[in-house]
Amino acid sequence: MLDDLIFWALALLAVAGGVMVFRFDSMARATYALLTSLLCVGGEVLLLGLDYLGVVIVLMMTIEMAIMAVFMVMYMMNPAGLMPMTMVHNKRGAAVICTGVFAALAAGILLAPWPARRGRSSADPTMDLGLSLMGPQMLTMMTLGFSLFATIVATVVLATRRGRYDRFGDDLKARAADDPVRGGVGR
Amino acid sequence: MSLELFLLLGAALFSIGLFGALTQQSIVMLMMGLELMLGGIIVGAAAVWHYIAPAAADAQVLVVLAVTVMAVEMAMGFAVVTALFRSREVDLTDMAAELKE
Repeated sequence: MLDDLIFWALALLAVAGGVMVFRFDSMARATYALLTSLLCVGGEVLLLGLDYLGVVIVLMMTIEMAIMAVFMVMYMMNPAGLMPMTMVHNKRGAAVICTGVFAALAAGILLAPWPARRGRSSADPTMDLGLSLMGPQMLTMMTLGFSLFATIVATVVLATRRGRYDRFGDDLKARAADDPVRGGVGR
Repeated sequence: MSLELFLLLGAALFSIGLFGALTQQSIVMLMMGLELMLGGIIVGAAAVWHYIAPAAADAQVLVVLAVTVMAVEMAMGFAVVTALFRSREVDLTDMAAELKE
């Protein structure tokens, strides 16, 4: 009974937060609405008995939204929402597509013959996850690790102001880097 | 609480996120839509673990995958916005498309 109550509270809050993300004028408020929604997602995962993953989601989303708020202030033309303005395109077409997607998903969810629950969860699902990631799912784990590393490199390459072609010329043949301030000792 | 309810919640979050990703012009807002879509996928995977196959950890691995995709999407998105803004002072998708032509 209590679980039902928690589920409905979190579900309604998650959906309401998700809707409000695209209705608020203020970007900061939109970020917090998204944070609310994703924290409720983490809460639902906790409710399902995945303690570790739920806590990971909650922590990650909190930090992520804090970073997102900083980027909002940096790049958005209207971060505080003081001038009401809409920056949307093709609202009607998107609404039709999304209603269709939701209807198709809901029909599949309600009509599919879901299999009965097989097996019982072990006392420690986190242990299961760890053994799985370090055993049969090792390839998944390694792929994730490599993609995260590639992301680190790619983000730095994209975000840096002066790359090596700016510093060493187009053919990379310059002997000394062309920097505005020379580095090294005894400059 | 049942599998269907959790999956419906996931589908609702996914659809709202899709709407945002399709309509928003600002790249940062578009990324918020993508995050919501991934949130729906996380709810669905966790529900499948709990209600269908709690003995296997595969659905949990799917949650880990979705969380990683979220992190990668966020980092790459902000890096691309930074690069676009630095070279063209642009933060809207339509403006970026116009300047290409």
